Amino acid sequence: MTITQSYLNNLMASVGYFAPEIAIVVTFIVAILFDLMFKKSKNIAAYISIIGLIITGFILSGNIGISKSLFDGLIVVDPYSTFFKFLFLITTILIMVMSLSYKELYDNNRKVGEYYSMLVGITFGMFLLASAVNLITIYLSIEILSLSSYVLAGYTKEIRRASEASLKYVIYGSLSSGIMVYGMSLLYGATMTLDVAKINVAILSGHVELFPIIIGGLMILVGFGYKMSAVPFHYWTPDVYEGAPITITSYLSVASKAAGFAVFIRFFKDLYLLPATSDINIWNTISNFHWQTIVAVLSVLTMTVGNFVALWQENVKRLLAYSSIAHAGYILMAVVVMTNVGITSILLYFVFYMIMNLGAFFVAQLFANKIGSDDLKDYIGLGYRSPVLAVLMTVFLISLTGLPPTAGFIGKFYIFTAVLDKGFVWLAVIGVLNSVVSLFYYAKIFRNMFLRSVADDTKNNFKFSAPAFPLSIAYVLAFATILFGLYFSPILNWAENSVTMFK
Amino acid sequence: MIPLIITLLLPLISSLLILFMNKENVKLIKYFTLISSLITFLISLFLLFNFNNTNPDIQYYINVTWVSSLDAGFRIGLDGMSLLLVMLITFISPIAILSSFDSIKTREKEYYFMILLLQFAMVGVFTALDTFLFYIFWELILIPMYFIIGIWGGKNRLYATVKFFIFTMVGSLFMLVAIIWLGNYVGNEILKTGFTTDYLKIKEVANLIPLNYQNWLFWAFAISFFIKVPLFPLHTWLPDAHTEAPTAGSVILAAILLKMGTYGLIRFNLEFFTSASIANASLISIFAVIGIIYGALVAAIQTDIKKLVAYSSVSHLGFVVLGIFSMTAIGIQGAIIQMVNHGLSTGMLFLLVGIIYERRHTREISEYGGIARIMPVYATFFAIAMFSSVGLPGLNGFVGEYLTLIGAFTSPILNSWGYAIAASTGVIFAAVYLLWMYQRVFFGTVDNPSNLNLKDLSKREWAFLVPIVIFIVWIGLHPSTFTNISENSTRKLVNKIENVKFGITPYPELLKNSNLKTNSNQINNNKIGK
Repeated sequence: MTITQSYLNNLMASVGYFAPEIAIVVTFIVAILFDLMFKKSKNIAAYISIIGLIITGFILSGNIGISKSLFDGLIVVDPYSTFFKFLFLITTILIMVMSLSYKELYDNNRKVGEYYSMLVGITFGMFLLASAVNLITIYLSIEILSLSSYVLAGYTKEIRRASEASLKYVIYGSLSSGIMVYGMSLLYGATMTLDVAKINVAILSGHVELFPIIIGGLMILVGFGYKMSAVPFHYWTPDVYEGAPITITSYLSVASKAAGFAVFIRFFKDLYLLPATSDINIWNTISNFHWQTIVAVLSVLTMTVGNFVALWQENVKRLLAYSSIAHAGYILMAVVVMTNVGITSILLYFVFYMIMNLGAFFVAQLFANKIGSDDLKDYIGLGYRSPVLAVLMTVFLISLTGLPPTAGFIGKFYIFTAVLDKGFVWLAVIGVLNSVVSLFYYAKIFRNMFLRSVADDTKNNFKFSAPAFPLSIAYVLAFATILFGLYFSPILNWAENSVTMFK
Repeated sequence: MIPLIITLLLPLISSLLILFMNKENVKLIKYFTLISSLITFLISLFLLFNFNNTNPDIQYYINVTWVSSLDAGFRIGLDGMSLLLVMLITFISPIAILSSFDSIKTREKEYYFMILLLQFAMVGVFTALDTFLFYIFWELILIPMYFIIGIWGGKNRLYATVKFFIFTMVGSLFMLVAIIWLGNYVGNEILKTGFTTDYLKIKEVANLIPLNYQNWLFWAFAISFFIKVPLFPLHTWLPDAHTEAPTAGSVILAAILLKMGTYGLIRFNLEFFTSASIANASLISIFAVIGIIYGALVAAIQTDIKKLVAYSSVSHLGFVVLGIFSMTAIGIQGAIIQMVNHGLSTGMLFLLVGIIYERRHTREISEYGGIARIMPVYATFFAIAMFSSVGLPGLNGFVGEYLTLIGAFTSPILNSWGYAIAASTGVIFAAVYLLWMYQRVFFGTVDNPSNLNLKDLSKREWAFLVPIVIFIVWIGLHPSTFTNISENSTRKLVNKIENVKFGITPYPELLKNSNLKTNSNQINNNKIGK
């Protein structure tokens, strides 16, 4: 058999497992084409995208439980990536549905076809990223993800702050991906391979120079940290989150962050993977270099800065942006331990975080539709003016704080369990203190909504609610938030099964 | 078993039903809430009548698996100590609801929803026998209480409710870390069966945890409970929360929420971390005594009646903590009775303050004077509540304080008379500030014209005050009705404590029907081994 033939065979065998990604690309193309053809119907791209992604979901369910390396080790399909892919799909579909009722987006008779197709493009990038095990695929998928995000962040281009957000996002993004690609070149230089598994073999063999590997790893960490918006790589986050359309903000805060974590965990896990017999902490593969401490410091910085800066915010969108930084910090706590329990807790947390964070942003969006503002001071009295939405918002905020009986509590409980399991009591205590701080600013929102009432004479005293369809979505999310606080075994089992590859 | 489930879940179901009621139909909501809580009370009486006083263990135990990977379950049950407190909840709740019929005039639907939700969570706290479940109920209390103070409270309610929320939350999150650490350590290191939150399992072996770890765990739990009690110097949230809360909120706060802390101390700190409790008993007793005296002194200089009552709580709860950490059967018995007493007498004082506040919209002592002539019935009720709080023999307060002081006096663990002597000055101070306040409000001449037309008690007010008076007198005259219920459970706990400390079993008759002996031997061996 010639090399070409074996290559072709490999390709043919891989394509079947690559079907979900292919479905996404098809959706992307069809959405753009139909948008051009049917100019009259505004939302056709949205409907096609949603249907396409649902079909992708069905195709993806064929990959459940499969572990396979595709395209000569460029990407893999395994339960871990499949878990994240479902997360991305659900988030994207929810965001699309939410965008349909977003006033700012439809202002000025804007064309929205590209908006929805770009979301499909991001999804493609994230799918690849969750599967990537080769430095090239990692870099390319991050770029696919980023480019679409830059466009979407500035989609409402006549709004000054959106354009500014987009520009800042591009500049910070290119800087960090530049650093990352430089780090990758160092890894390649030291080991002469792009395959993460082979780099791992090279490290374990002990015949490589460790210095470039450490520096390279740190530089790659910058790129991932940027996607996860971990402090100190978070500077773009508040400005972009505040400036971008709120749907995109919530999308970036959930999906893009999850993608960053997915690749971060897989990359370092694979890079420093040890032979199965060894029970040394994986972070100690390279002796004399304390990765664990670095991640722990990153985690503490991320949650502390996120929470403390959130305290001073007067804009709900910006406040939620900082809160999402803080949540990245909580999740990083579980990365520190890097055990299966820890990674399970991360997966679990992301499911819950998706629900509650999307919910909070969505209600903020529904408020903004009516009162035209995201300012905390304009939330005063909303509990009286729009009781239903305000109660839903409170449910999400309580969950974000991590109070029972909500999903957020369960997520935090599992993260703390993972952290304490490895004896990191100090880290857990810092996490706990941070939760207290977070209570302060989350409470500020529902305090303004319920405990303060507006003066009766202002013109802004009309009562309102949301249209039935968006409202029902918010209801579903709130219901899920409480339900998963009480019954979460299926998700837990799913998450546990998804980390089996990390033995 | 079934009565316990109904007692726990009926308030929750009723609160959810209220959500579907029409907001305008206030009358329906009010009476529905009242009737639901009365039914809960009647059903909880079955718990009392079917309870076997001679059995010191958990009764009505229900164990349903919930999260198998955490070994967390819906485990509830009652022993003699928690039964009395659950009865207190089901008794006080209808009274608190009835008392808010006139005073709550805005957003009634949300209010009664919150009250019932609160009742559900409170019963949950006192029945949960699973650390995970306990924590959920413990935190669930916060949300309704936050809104009850924050929406229906007084002028300064925002400050008070945020302070209350933050204080409680800080404590309870440390407890969360401790719960996880404990579950992990007990499950993986001692039992080797995996993470667990099963209260009964942990209780059997928790004292095997080395003392230095135990100390940390002890304080992580204790801080959270001390904030709730509140023990001096963590009490600063209490006067604010009490003063700003609506009457029913204050009543529930005083009567039940504060007891969550003292109950937790017995249930978790003493039962789990017996060695650490013994080691820290003197230190905590010192703070309890300081709290007793400090609370009384600060109460004496208050100009606001409600604030005075609030500070008196700090003082009274000091007796409870002292009783608990005397670690004698009499002291703990006294603490439990004192918890019930404080619920009745302070609850009643808050109700009475609420009654006069509704009529005059002020609580300043200087605004009143000579009220006894205008409202003789009111003055009589106030006198009963006050004497109960002072600890007049023949009324309930005396029994509790007397038992806790005896406990502190005879305690082999505190081993000093000083605590009891210093604490008993608190009784004297209590007489001073309460009688002085009573004199200024009720006696003398009516020199404020706006007091001239005050109406005496209405039928509704009679209806919720008389039941409390009955129990105040009953406990005062025949305390053994109540002490019998908690006696054996307390003794079993003291058996365990004295076994750890001195290797003796003061109440051997309880050993017949329990497996205490084997466990305590294990504990002893472990102690000697170190």
